[in-house]
Amino acid sequence: MPLKSIRLFGGFARGSLQLISEGNRAYWMWLAFLGMLIISGALAYAAQVTTGLGLTAMRDPVSWGFYIGNFTFLVGVAAAVVLVIPAYVYDWKPIREVVLYGELLAICSIIMCLMFVTVDIGRPDRFWHLMPPFGHLNFPSSVLAWDVVVLNLYFLVNFVVATHILYRAFHGKPYIKKLVVPLVLLSVPMAVGIHTVTAFLYNGLAARPYWNSSILAPQFLASAFCSGPAILLVMLQLLRKFTRFEIKDEAIWKVAELMAYAMFLNLFLHGAEAFKEFYSNTQHTLYTRYWYLGLGEHKTLVPYAWSAVALNILGFALFISPRTRRNWTTLNIGCLATYAGVYIEKGMGLIIPGLTPDTLGEIYVYYPTATELRVAAGIFATGFLLFTLMLKVAVPISLGEFHGKERAEEGAPSGAAALAH
Amino acid sequence: MLNQRPEAGCGSEGCGSGGCGTQSGGSHGTGNQGCGSAGQGDYLGDPSRRLFNIAAVGAVASMALNTACGPKRLYEAPKDKLRALIAEEEKKYTAEYGKTVKVSDAGPMPGVQFAYALDISRCIGCRRCVYACVDENNQSRDPQIHWIKVNQMDKDKGVDFSHADPYYNPEQVPQEGHFYVPVACQQCEDPPCVKVCPTGATWKEKDGIVVIDYDWCIGCRYCMAACPYGARHFNWAEPKIAPSELNPNMHYLGNRPRTKGVVEKCTFCIQRSREGRYPACVEVCPVGARKFGNLLDASSEIRYIIEHKRILVLKEELNTVPRFFYFYAT
Repeated sequence: MPLKSIRLFGGFARGSLQLISEGNRAYWMWLAFLGMLIISGALAYAAQVTTGLGLTAMRDPVSWGFYIGNFTFLVGVAAAVVLVIPAYVYDWKPIREVVLYGELLAICSIIMCLMFVTVDIGRPDRFWHLMPPFGHLNFPSSVLAWDVVVLNLYFLVNFVVATHILYRAFHGKPYIKKLVVPLVLLSVPMAVGIHTVTAFLYNGLAARPYWNSSILAPQFLASAFCSGPAILLVMLQLLRKFTRFEIKDEAIWKVAELMAYAMFLNLFLHGAEAFKEFYSNTQHTLYTRYWYLGLGEHKTLVPYAWSAVALNILGFALFISPRTRRNWTTLNIGCLATYAGVYIEKGMGLIIPGLTPDTLGEIYVYYPTATELRVAAGIFATGFLLFTLMLKVAVPISLGEFHGKERAEEGAPSGAAALAH
Repeated sequence: MLNQRPEAGCGSEGCGSGGCGTQSGGSHGTGNQGCGSAGQGDYLGDPSRRLFNIAAVGAVASMALNTACGPKRLYEAPKDKLRALIAEEEKKYTAEYGKTVKVSDAGPMPGVQFAYALDISRCIGCRRCVYACVDENNQSRDPQIHWIKVNQMDKDKGVDFSHADPYYNPEQVPQEGHFYVPVACQQCEDPPCVKVCPTGATWKEKDGIVVIDYDWCIGCRYCMAACPYGARHFNWAEPKIAPSELNPNMHYLGNRPRTKGVVEKCTFCIQRSREGRYPACVEVCPVGARKFGNLLDASSEIRYIIEHKRILVLKEELNTVPRFFYFYAT
């Protein structure tokens, strides 16, 4: 039995390798491009490890920056899997594929998240200090400890589901419902969980009034329901164009409509926070003021703040109107606007005003250095590379175009049929 | 009036593009050098723990060779193991800096709760405390790290950090119309930094001092985000101290040399205070604005101040309950 399993898994691994090693010119150009970014990022990171985090623009007053901003944003993208909710509610036919690709996107996002945290810490060689029994995880006191736990669990759940579905489809067998359905259903509250915990990471710090607001967690969720689906919508269209993969227009339009509601909620929560800050006009308004209006001559962030507002409103406007969300051009503009708007507000727009002015009133103007940009580009390229390779394997298998020998011999139903069980 | 020492770019500026690019030529050892050496094995604790550590090496061999077989948290180390660890550290620093280094492991004294008071009406903003602290506690000289930050305030505005100027640099201090509020670690009774640390690398000692285990800190800087007083400082580059300037009287939780990538902070000069001496900043203050003592001693100066003067603590509403009191003696 173990021998057979090894043989079966060997077949799956060999098949996957075969799939990713075949591709057209565009595929290889894309991989080469990502490879270049990864090498550049690795070199920048090597220099950072050797010299110290001084190569970044972070200093004591602004002790977190671009890396942690990207981490926070990508936790939001990992929510793509929450798309299973509308998929089940509306019973779209390619529901399993939507779930599968959503989970693959979540896996890649979580890997990027963990990479961003790793490049941010001063002693990455000591990461095992977090891992009991070798190390010591300060659980439940530290919210960061919670985040480590929930992010890894979320990764694990998605990894198991996605791998299982693909592996079974490869061998022409239906996936085990008793395993997959509970895990998929579990991943929905977990997606909410990783967001809430990540929001609490900031929310719990009374030293930082910009974060110490109970609106933060709901607002994280609202913006996550925008950014994750924005990527997924673009991806689904690309897949539909370049592969045999079919997805109904209605499904895409419905996701866009749901994104409009999420974006409305996001804008409303921002408005509520802005009202509270500016009307009460306490000393704690400093941070919101720094973001939207600037403090004295320090106005670095102001253009970003209003770009985010404008992009979010644009995304909302394009998705709320049925005419524009059913037009492919405006739909994709809406996706890009939503993605960019949330990227700004939830990345740098969350971290930098949270830390500026610092706790003793000092304004240190943070702007990421070339090292930070290169390392971040390298991490995004790694995520895209993983996602590309995963899709390269997942699409043909889930379409039933590629399968192991056993299946052919046994004359089992096609992969697509197996998935549809 | 006293001539004031210029503050040559502390914290944020001390580590500019020039300063950080150069790494010290000397082989500054990391906290847990010599993975696998017999000496290291001695502080691994009981055999089962050693097994865990060996397993850890296997699990993370590619990344963590440097520290994987180092000690467990100092917090958990039994007293005799701790002594062995400290003896190793003494040898290492002595060899590295070419002078005899003594690392104390003095624990909290029974019946002692340290507290600090600073007389805002006396402080003249000379920053002697800042530099006495650097000399005493072996902070990095390049990039500069200062545990004490002196804020110049407008008399019109009162204690208002949003209008404070930490980079004041006049010919003479104090300046007309201004007063000074030095801030370092407030040694909170309920420290937010300790609460958030994901690895338990920082904790409050029984005598009230909040300390950091430099060998266990992973440098995530969550504590820096959590601290309401800007008291925690990160080593953005390999810290540099000339051997001639190194203070060889150390405490394992205090002023022993740090590596790049870890957080450090004021410890009320734990290497001095646990021997019954005043912190360096108290000793150096030319106007006697700084007071230090045992809260549990009813006849101490600190108790007198708390009971008889107008005192305040910073950011009282955050409920951190600082052991650092500001007061107005005149």
